[in-house]
Amino acid sequence: MVPLSYYLVLSGILFACGVAGFLIKRNIITIFMSIELMLNGVNLSFVAFAVHWHALAGQIFVFFVMVVAAAEAAVGLAIIIAVYRTRETLNVDQVNLLKL
Amino acid sequence: MLSLHLILFLAFGAVCVAGAVNLLAQTHPINSALSLIAVMAALAGEYLLLGAEFVAAVQVIVYAGAIMVLFVFTIMLLNAGVEEHTKGSRVAIVIGVPGLLIGSVLLAWVVLHRSGTEAVAMGALPGDPRTIGQLLFHDFLLPFEVTSVLILIAIMGAVVLASKPEAIQKRKEH
Repeated sequence: MVPLSYYLVLSGILFACGVAGFLIKRNIITIFMSIELMLNGVNLSFVAFAVHWHALAGQIFVFFVMVVAAAEAAVGLAIIIAVYRTRETLNVDQVNLLKL
Repeated sequence: MLSLHLILFLAFGAVCVAGAVNLLAQTHPINSALSLIAVMAALAGEYLLLGAEFVAAVQVIVYAGAIMVLFVFTIMLLNAGVEEHTKGSRVAIVIGVPGLLIGSVLLAWVVLHRSGTEAVAMGALPGDPRTIGQLLFHDFLLPFEVTSVLILIAIMGAVVLASKPEAIQKRKEH
């Protein structure tokens, strides 16, 4: 038997690591991966609460989060490819102009 | 007393946290991507401990499989190298890491002290494909259908954004 709070703490740690990566990393692809890490942390708390409240709807929400993450990854990586094609860099500090 | 459930939870949780910290520590994006795959695989183990077997399977297939392959392919395609740190990112490390540590310790303290000791039993709520499917295609039918539209738009957006500008120009001329 594992207390619910342990799962919430693990999910909080994963989310905090995602936030830290989002702020610290300078490679645009790694920043994107940090967002996926945050989504994974939220998914864990969804499943833990689903078991705790005996509501299976929490697990359904995980699927919707996964679908949105997949759509976001496809569009986001396409944008990264377009940015790289025009600027030839992946460093976010050098991508500071909306127009070339 | 350590039960088997707690031991497994701690083992998978340790892999999760180690992978997440490694994602931050590595400078090459491919190493970060591989540690993220490790995090996702360990999370699938945590879902199995919670009884969400279908979520665990989808986690491995969709997240660790499809989405991360997309990431690895993009890293390969763009030939991404080691990231270089600038003044701004050093400031973010100096201020951000202690702030996040304090924040997460406070959060953990509050969660561990305020919540009761209700334990989550191993596999207390079986999330097998039959019940998940019944819920998904009865109660959540409309969101499910709307999601398919979202996926369609995402496919079209990805194709348009990633295609070469010259290719679009050529298509217009024909």
